[in-house]
This record gives sequence, C-alpha cells and structure tokens, in this order.
Amino acid sequence: MARYAMLIDLAACVGCAACAAACVLENEVPPGHNRLWIRQRELGTFPDLTVEYRPEQCLHCEHPPCVPVCPTGASHQTEDGLVLVKAERCIACAACIAACPYDARFMNPAGYADKCTFCEHRIARGEDPACVETCPTGCRVFGDLDDPASPLHAWIAAAERVDVLRPEMGTAPKLLYLNTPSKRGLARQESEVES
Amino acid sequence: MKLDRRRFLKLSAASVGAVAFAGRAAALRAPWAVPRKWYAGEVRTVFSYCENCFWKCGIAVKVEGGRVRKIDGQKQNPKSRGRLCPRGQAGVAQLYDPDRLKRPLIRIEGSKRGEGKYREASWEEALDYVAERMLQIKERYGPEAVAWFGHGSGDSWFVEYLPAAWGSPNAAKPAVSICTAPRETASQWTFGRPVGGHEPVDWTESRYIVLIGHHIGEDTHNTQLQDFAEALRRGAKLVVVDPRFSTAASKAHRWLPIKPGTDLALLLAWIHVLIKEDLYDRDYVQKYTVGFEELAVHSNKHTPEWAEEITEIPAETIRAVAREMAAAKPRAVLPPGRHTVWYGDDTQRMRAVYILNALLGNYGVPGGFYLAKPPYLEKYPHPPFPLEPAAGGCSGSSGGAEEVPEGFKPRADKGKFFAKTTAIQELIEPMLSGEPYPIRGLVCYGTNLFHSIPNVPRTKKALAKLDLYVAIDVLPMEHVMWADVILPECTYLERYDDLAAIAHKTPFIELRQPAVEPLWETKPGWWIARELGLRLGLEKYFPWKNIEEYLDTRLQLIGSSLEELKQKGTLIQKGRPYLKDWERRHRNPFKTPSGKIELYSRTFAEHGLDPLPDYTPPMPAPEGFYRLLYGRTPVHSFAKTQNNWVLMELKAENEVWIHREEGRKLGLRHGEYVWLENDAGVREGPVRVRLTERIRRDCVYLVHGFGHKGRGLRLAYGRGASDNALQTRYVLDPISGGAALRNNFVKVVKGAARPRLKRIGQLARERRL
Repeated sequence: MARYAMLIDLAACVGCAACAAACVLENEVPPGHNRLWIRQRELGTFPDLTVEYRPEQCLHCEHPPCVPVCPTGASHQTEDGLVLVKAERCIACAACIAACPYDARFMNPAGYADKCTFCEHRIARGEDPACVETCPTGCRVFGDLDDPASPLHAWIAAAERVDVLRPEMGTAPKLLYLNTPSKRGLARQESEVES
Repeated sequence: MKLDRRRFLKLSAASVGAVAFAGRAAALRAPWAVPRKWYAGEVRTVFSYCENCFWKCGIAVKVEGGRVRKIDGQKQNPKSRGRLCPRGQAGVAQLYDPDRLKRPLIRIEGSKRGEGKYREASWEEALDYVAERMLQIKERYGPEAVAWFGHGSGDSWFVEYLPAAWGSPNAAKPAVSICTAPRETASQWTFGRPVGGHEPVDWTESRYIVLIGHHIGEDTHNTQLQDFAEALRRGAKLVVVDPRFSTAASKAHRWLPIKPGTDLALLLAWIHVLIKEDLYDRDYVQKYTVGFEELAVHSNKHTPEWAEEITEIPAETIRAVAREMAAAKPRAVLPPGRHTVWYGDDTQRMRAVYILNALLGNYGVPGGFYLAKPPYLEKYPHPPFPLEPAAGGCSGSSGGAEEVPEGFKPRADKGKFFAKTTAIQELIEPMLSGEPYPIRGLVCYGTNLFHSIPNVPRTKKALAKLDLYVAIDVLPMEHVMWADVILPECTYLERYDDLAAIAHKTPFIELRQPAVEPLWETKPGWWIARELGLRLGLEKYFPWKNIEEYLDTRLQLIGSSLEELKQKGTLIQKGRPYLKDWERRHRNPFKTPSGKIELYSRTFAEHGLDPLPDYTPPMPAPEGFYRLLYGRTPVHSFAKTQNNWVLMELKAENEVWIHREEGRKLGLRHGEYVWLENDAGVREGPVRVRLTERIRRDCVYLVHGFGHKGRGLRLAYGRGASDNALQTRYVLDPISGGAALRNNFVKVVKGAARPRLKRIGQLARERRL
C-alpha cells in the first residue's frame, strides 16, 4: 500500500513541455488529445513581471469526483491511491469527464475515458512516471506520501507553502505545486494555455 | 479499428460468456478490444544520439514490434543524463512522418526551379545525373565552382569529407556565420580556445550568473537547462539582460530590459566599474592576462552614466550588478550566448563578455568557465585530402589553411572578413555575379536555404542561375523542391553517422546507430557521399566499403571497437577542466599569440581592427517601424521540426509579440491575425498578435522557424510567419564574417484573415503511417 503523489517545483519549471511529449509517446496518447498540458500565465506589468509555467494533469485526488459517478466501476481508485480507468469496463458514457473539475479526462477514440495514470506500468517496475524521468529541470518529484524516506517530504518541509488546484472543491489532490512565482499562490484557472 | 456488425456480435457473445462464467459483469468489453500498449510487448533498447537539435544528447531508443516507440535519455551519457527535451522525445514522429521524401527525384526537363515538378528516379540514375554534371562544372570552371552547404549531425560527409576530397574550399554551415561565428572568433583571439558546441560554463558551481543574449529555457539545450535549474536550486543569483522578458528572465533576480543593440555599452560600463572600483581579480589578471593597462585607460570613458544614456538601464543598477558579480567572483559568470550575429560589431561585443569574465578571474576556475577538452580520437587513415576542410562549426575550429595548395583556389569569400571559416551568406553572391570567380553548383545537405540565410529573394535568384543544385534532405522543405536532383536521406533513427566527439568536462565519444531499417528507398548520408565520391573519381578517398568498417577502424585505433560502442553508446574519457589540472602538468591552455588571455589584442591591431572593444550605435529603426527580434521556442528546433505532429500539437504557430500599449495605439486585438512588412516592402504572415507586457515598446518578437511555404509539409504549411523572410538586410561582421540579422525593421499591417487550416490533431490522424 502506498499513497502516490507528485509535486512540481514551479521555481524550476520553464514550460518546455518535455513532459507532455514524453507522455504522448509513452502512453500512445492519440493526436488531438492530452493527458498532460502546460498553462502559461503572465502576471504584472512592465517591468515588474512574473510568468507562471504550470504543468497540469490528473491530480489523483483522494476524493475523486470522477469515481462515484461511474455507472460500471470502470473509473476507480486503487489501494495505492491512483485514480484509474479499466478500459474494458468503460461504456464511454462520459460522466467522469463531466465530473472532473480539472478537465483532466478525455474520450479516447478507441472508446473509453482516458487520462494520466501516473504511468502505473512504470511505477510497477519501480520507475518514475515518464514525465518525471525526462524533465530537464528536475522540477517534478514523484513518491509515496506514506513512505517517510520519500523525497517528497523533504521538499514539502522546505517549502513555504504547498498549493493545489481548486482547493475549494475538497478533492484533496495529490498533484502538489511548490514555489509559485506569485506570493498569492497559483494563477487563476482560466489563464491562456500555451506551449 | 472499425467494428462491423458481425464482428461486434461475436465480441458480444464472448462477453456474454464471460458474464455467465463469472456470474457478474466483470467485463463489459472483451479485453482484446482494448488496444494493447507497446510497453506490454518485447522491447529492445538501441543506444544512439539525438538529432533533433545540435546538442547531440545520448539517447536510448525503445523498439518494439519493429517500430521505434519511445526515446529516452541515455543514463550514462554526460549530455542527457537520462533526460530529454520535447524535441528529443518527439523524434519518433519525425521517423514516421508520411510527408518524408521517399525516393530520389529528378526535376522534369523544361520545368523551372521552384515549380516543383519532379519524376521519380532510381538511386543509380540520380547519382549518375549529379556526378556527370558536377564533373562538367569541374572541367569548365574548376572544383571550387561547386559549393557545399551542410546542417545537421550527418553534415560532415558533405561539408568536410567530400568537398575536401573534391577540392572545393567553398563549404559552409549556417551554424557558423549565421550563429556562433562572433563568439568563436572572439574566444579564439581572447582565450585562445573555442567555446565549442557545448558551452563550457560551470553552471552548478556558479553563484552569480549574468545572461546577456542567452535565452535558456526557450532553447532547451538539455544539459545546460539541467545545470541551470540546479544552479538556481543551489541558490545562484541570476541577472538577465534582454529587451524581452524571456523565460530565463522569469527566473531572474534582476531583469534589465535593455534597449536593443546597446549591449556592448552595458558590458563596457561593467568593465569600467570593476576596474575603477578596484573590484576585479587582481592576482588572476596579473598572472593570466595581457593588456590590462591599455584596457584600464580605454575604459575611463565608459561610465555607468554614459551607459545609462545609451542602454536605458539606470547607472545605479549597472553599478549594483557590477558590485554583486565582483562580490561573488570567481564564482560569477557571463556565459556566452550561442546565436551571436546581431548588429555587425558582434565579435567586439563577445570580446567584452570574455574580458569581463577574465576580470572576474573565472576562466578555468570552478563556477566560471571550465576548460573543455575534446576526446582522444583518430581520423580514418585515408590518403590526405588536397584541401583542409574550411566549413568550421560551432565547435569553433577556425579551420581552413591560410595558404592554398597549388592548383586550387582560395575561398570565394576570402578577404571580406578577418576569420578563416567560410561565411555561408557570402557564397550566394558569387553564384549571381561570378565574382571573384563563378560558383555554378550547390550541394545542400539539410541546410534550410529559405529559413536560415538572410535575403531569401537573393538566394532564390542565385538558385535559378546555377548549373546544378542538389538537395539531400529528409523532408520536402520549400528550398528542397527547387533542386534539380533530390536525394532522400533516412532519419537519424535509421542510420549510422560519423562518430560524435564531444569536448566537455569529461570528453566523450558517441555513436549514432540505426534503431530500425530505413523506410522507403531512403539512404544514409555516408552511403550517398561514398556513392557520389566513387562516381566523381575520388575512390582513393573511400578505401572503406561500408560505415561499420569505417567506424570500427577509427575506434580500433583508440583501443575500442564498434561492438563496444554499440553496447555502451557513449565512451567517456578523463577531462582536465580547471587551470590547476593544467598547471600540475605544466601545460598552458591559452593558445593565443601571447600565451595569455588577451584583454588587448595585438593581432587585431595589426589587422586594422579595434584591439579593444568599443561601442558603436546600431542602425536606427525608421519612423513607424519596430526592430524585429527573434528567438526560440523550447518545442522546436529552427525550421526543422514544424512537420512533427507531437511538437506541432504543443506549438502549432508563432505569434508576433507586441507590447500591450503599442497594440492599443495600433488598434490591435490580442489573437487577431496581421501581416508584417519590413522596410524593404517584404510582407510576411499572416501571424497572430500576442499583446504582452513582456517586451519593450521599440521592438517586436517572433519565434524563429515558422511560416513554412513548402506544400509538401502538410502540418507545417502556412502556420505563422518566417522571421527569415523579413530579414532581407544583414550587416557583415568584418571580424568573424557573421551576418548580423537584427538590423531589420517591421510594421504591422492589419486586416489579415485567419488562415483556414485543419487542426493538427485531425491532420495527424488523417496522415498516420
């Protein structure tokens, strides 16, 4: 049993999208869809500016709204806290896609709801998810919150604050953001998508 | 997979069976109806190195079911260290791009260059055709009348091996005079060492980093980005000088939004403060440099107040940064940028950058510049070529013998500038004018003639005049579809190339080897070069029968073998990164005439060049025009990757960045499409407007590489604007031969319609291999 989580150090992220490309190839994400994307937001006025590069993907919530709405049990949470889809049980009703407050899911043209799995097949081999492994800046850290030896804890302990997307939803996400460029935390959700 | 009704019923029956057996709805769909992922199969790993930019990261290619599925960084490789950028990851989509050139093409007789009318030909016919015409040119005008352009890691065959064997000094790479020439020439004559393909900056040990002309994070040089991020994590302070709030600027402690074209004034003011406030490294300067007295006198006039007037950066800020960098010395560094051809005084600007580094005492010292060493590697023992290769490269050799052997002509650009490397843009004029002698043939390997060399209309005129134009490429780029003969090369994932010898902290050798067989009738560059060489009567230079033999011979000479490198991917040797490593062996790293770092260059003085850098104002923008700046996006390499669906989904077009206030003045809406028109009347676009606070009001900015006009590039075609199309003017740097490109000005023309193009995802699905 584990409680897998990923944190992203926004102080290091440059929005290069290596993670996004790695995800597409690793998971054979069909053209026109994404499991992982990057939002870019410009804050301030010349010359007092900051830019937030923010990778987003499924947050693997502790209380995932996409699971209870599934009529067949395809959308489920594993013992390790991963939120996954059993493709063979999915009837493509799209209820989970509508329920996700983060727009993290899409309908795979093969006929099932699809999204980030934290590369469960790689975790099973003891490897990091593809996005973590390839990131040139090392801004992504993956680990098990229940494991005291996980590097996640040192990062969280050293951080001034830990941010999550839309905390008001009460979903308890396990995609954590550190070192937001703005002292007030993450930029608003409806920012432009780029890179 | 499309299910017909019969198959659907069969599948349903199977599901029903499963339900009956399990007693409940264990599966609603047959498991085999869910596509199996590649990683569930048998995966083979092939070590090679990447070609999606020039950085040459070691890669581990994952092959399953006869197809390349994924590309990872090679863990044991000092460049990638197991990580890759988006372009490296997306190499798979380049390999399986259905728009690739598939078989040799010969332009249909009677058609004009640029009309794009071709017939398919066999390799035999195409190569015979090329050789026959090349020999005709040689007979009539001499071997120098064939020019050779190359870009990409397979270019060594076409700008070094073959031209040197053939006897043409007119071999050139855009990587020199349209990119690194100024910084390499300046480095050679200041430190006596090249900067080289992998900038030897000791990022992670540095405590104070000043980026000037350096947009790390947008250029995504993998190792550099890793080290940069690590340096910041370790608490290094970062200053970014840029008219635009770049990605790097967004990570900086100070951003200095300098007036474009005035960087040299800022650098001179920093030199002034370091000297006048006695903040420089006195011991280092005394021990390792010459010309300090001359520099001190020269810098009297360069006060921060003088620089404030020019650069629009407050004198107080200039002083503060100088003091901060001095406080951090020798762990303070100003890394050299890569693309340094800006205004025409670029070698002098780069000299100022190096002089500052020398005053900080950081050259050959941890946290400054380390001393990169190339790996030990022997050449293949072929008979000596009649000429020395003169193309140079970003690895900095200023190449090319000064004296030309009897019976051969000097480079056609000789005498136009001081450096010894060939300037690609200066080889266009002889094609048109025949001066100093005619260039009648061109072999173009991977160089994008319409997206790299300034003054595209001139290039087109020159191409039209040639007797022979051969293009060797992977994709039907617009300039490729002008050639008389098109030779389709396979991609880097399908071929061997010559060994990559990387000068580095720990020098190493990398192997390029095929992961899969070439698709269609494409061939590797080495094969094309050899077959052509045999047909040109150069068989004595090709004693090797195939590339494996060539590579194995080179590796055996250093006590390794091809087999070993195939297994390891990378051969790492020991380096000598710091001055103390050299001094222990009583060796001097500074290969300058004086054997020291030359703050004052006697050689420059002797050649009538300024021995100390001084500021000259850039060409001013005409009324109503903005200076056109350009740069990179992390997801594309130059104009090479805009037909890659994975990358195009990440960035499908460029935008013109315009300051919000200027946009308001011009009545522009964010996201609307406009034309850009330069002061010579060339119109380009349409391109989307990005209104932003992230740029000064006197300039606009485009990411380079978009605006493809080749119809065969179904993804790239018609998206965004080409900066190169608008760069019809350049200033020749009289020292390095660099073509300075930031002397072009544009205005915004409203009323362009949004291009009617399909979405990338849809196009990618329709064209899937």
